[in-house]
Amino acid sequence: MLAFLIQRILWIGVTVLCVSLMTFGLIFASGDPAQMLAPTRQGQPPDPAVVARVREAYGLDQPIYIQFVRYLGHLAQGDLGYSYYFRRPVTELLVTKFASTALLAGLIMVTAIVIGLPVGMLAALQRDSVLDHGILIGSSLLLGVPTFLLALLLIYFFAFQLKWFPLGGYGTWQHLVLPTLSVALPTGMGYAIFLRTNMLSILTADYIRTARSKGLSEQMVAMRHALPNALLPVVTLASIDLAYLLTGIVLIETVFQYPGIGLQVWQATQQKDIPVIMGSVFFGALLIGFGNLLADLLAAWLDPRIRLGA
Amino acid sequence: MDDSHEVRLAQLPIDPHAAAFPPIVQSTSWSRLAFQRFVDQHVALAATIILVILCLMAVLAPFIAPYDPVQQFRKDGLDAAGLPVGPNAHYWLGTDGQGRDMLSRLIWGARISLGIGIAASSFSVLIGLLMGSVAGMAGGALDAVLMRFVDIVMSLPGFFVILLLVALFRPSLWITIMVITLLGWTYPARLFRTEVVALRERDFILAARCLGIPEPQIVMRHILPHLVPLAIVAIGLGVPGAIFAEAGLSFLGLGVPPPAPAWGGMIQFGTSYYRSSPLQVLLPGAIIVTTVVCFNLVGAGLRDALDPTMRRR
Repeated sequence: MLAFLIQRILWIGVTVLCVSLMTFGLIFASGDPAQMLAPTRQGQPPDPAVVARVREAYGLDQPIYIQFVRYLGHLAQGDLGYSYYFRRPVTELLVTKFASTALLAGLIMVTAIVIGLPVGMLAALQRDSVLDHGILIGSSLLLGVPTFLLALLLIYFFAFQLKWFPLGGYGTWQHLVLPTLSVALPTGMGYAIFLRTNMLSILTADYIRTARSKGLSEQMVAMRHALPNALLPVVTLASIDLAYLLTGIVLIETVFQYPGIGLQVWQATQQKDIPVIMGSVFFGALLIGFGNLLADLLAAWLDPRIRLGA
Repeated sequence: MDDSHEVRLAQLPIDPHAAAFPPIVQSTSWSRLAFQRFVDQHVALAATIILVILCLMAVLAPFIAPYDPVQQFRKDGLDAAGLPVGPNAHYWLGTDGQGRDMLSRLIWGARISLGIGIAASSFSVLIGLLMGSVAGMAGGALDAVLMRFVDIVMSLPGFFVILLLVALFRPSLWITIMVITLLGWTYPARLFRTEVVALRERDFILAARCLGIPEPQIVMRHILPHLVPLAIVAIGLGVPGAIFAEAGLSFLGLGVPPPAPAWGGMIQFGTSYYRSSPLQVLLPGAIIVTTVVCFNLVGAGLRDALDPTMRRR
C-alpha cells in the first residue's frame, strides 16, 4: 500500500515535470517572448532597444536549458514567479482563483450526483417504461448540448424572462445556481445513463438471482444488493471528472464572467502572461494527477475486489 | 471490408473443383450482417440520413446558399435601429447583427464546423491507431515508453493547453484541427493497443507466424483488418467531442477567425443581440445539437452493428 502510494506520487511528479517541460518548450517554440512583452505603440513593431532590455530584465537572454533549470529551482521552493500583468506572485493569484473554481466544481459534482443517481435508478427499475424512454431521449439530447449553449439557454429563461437569477458575476448563492446547473445537468444525466446500464447488467447476475430466490422483495434486491455494485464505476467516473472540472469549466466561467481559474487562464493567454499560463498548467496537471490517484484509492476502498499496485 | 476469410479459403487452390461448389450459407458474410443490423436500427438510420444531408450541405454550400455568407446587407438586412431583421421572404432565417444572411452562414458554417470535427476526429484515430498498434506489436520497452507518454498527455489540463496553443500560434483552421488532434489521440491509442495486444496472442496470428509470413505482412493482412471496424466507430464517436471543442474555441474567439462563419462563433456573435432576438443564438445552437446528437446515435448504432459478437435479435 505504502509502496503503491510512493510509486504513484513519484509518477505524478514525473508527469508534472514533463508537462512543465512541454509547456516551456511550446512557449519558446512559438516565438520570442520578449518581443511579445515589450510595450508597443499602436501596431508598430517594438523598439529593438526596449526588446533587448525586456529580454535581459526577465532573464530571457540566457540559454533555454538554464532558464528551465532556474524555473525548476524556483518551483522546488514553491515559487511560480510573478505575473507579468498583475505584478503579483502567481501562486497567490492562482490559489484564490482555484478556490473559487473549486467551489463551483464541488457544487456541480454534488448536483450532478443528486440528479444522476435517482434518475438512473428510476430508469433501471422501470426498464422500457414510458419514463425510462423519456429519460433516455432526454439525456441523449442534453448530452448533445455544449455546456456554454446550455448556459445561454438557462440565462435566457431564468435571467432574462423570469429574472430569478443574475446574468453572471460572483458574490451571492444566486450567482452560483445557473453556472452549476449548466454543467451539472448534462453530467448528471450522463451518470444516470451509466448507472442504468450498470444496474441492468448486474440485475442479471447470479448473486441477484440468489437474493431473489431467498424471497427478498424486489426493492430490497435492488437497493441492498444491486445498487452498491452498480454505483462503484459511477463513483470512479465522478472522482475523475472532479479533477477535470477544476480545469475544464473555462467556457462556463467565461459565459457567466465567474472569476475562476478558467477565466484567469483565458485572460492570461490573451495577455501573453507566461508565468500565469505555466503556473496554471502546472497546477492543473498536479490536480489531475492527484484526482486520478484519489479515484483509484476510492475505488479500492469501496470495492474489496480491487487490489492496488497491479 | 472484404467478406473475411471464408472467401479466401474458397479460393485456395487445394481442390480444383472447389469453385464449383455453391457457398453453403450465402447471407452470413460479416459485412452483410453488419449492414443489416445497422439498417434494423431505425433511429440510427434516421440520424444517418440527417448527417448525410448536413454533409451535402457542407459540400454543396456554394450552390445552395442563397447569399455570400460574409456579405453585409446594410440596406434591407438591418432594421432602422441597426438591429438584425427576423425571418422574411428575402432572408429565410433572418440576418445577424451585421446584416449577413443567417441561412447562408449556417450552410457555410457546416463546412468549417463539420469539417473540423470530422478531420480532427479522423486524425486523432489515425495517430492513435498508429501509436497503439506499434506499442501493442512491439511490446517491451517501446510499449512502456509510448504508453507512459500517453499517460502524460492524458494528464495535461486539456483546455488550458488548448488555450495556450491557440494563443501562441494565432487562431486558424489548421491550428484548430491540430490542437484538437493533439489532445484527442490518446484515448484511441489505448483502445487500439489493448485490441492489438489481445489479437497478437490469437491462434490465427500464431498460424501465420508458423507459415513464415513476415511480421509487417502479418500486421497489414491479419491485424489491421480487425481494427478497421473499431476505427470507424472511434471516428464516429470522436466527432461530437471535436465539434464541442471547435464550437467552444470559436465561442471564445479562438477558433477559425471571423468573418468566417463557424457555428460556435455565430453563437458568440449572437449573444450581443440575444435578448431582443434569441434566434441569433438558437439557430446555430440547434444545428450544433442536431449534428452532435446524430453523430452519437450513428456511432452507437455502428458500434452495435459492427460488433461481430452481436447477432441479429
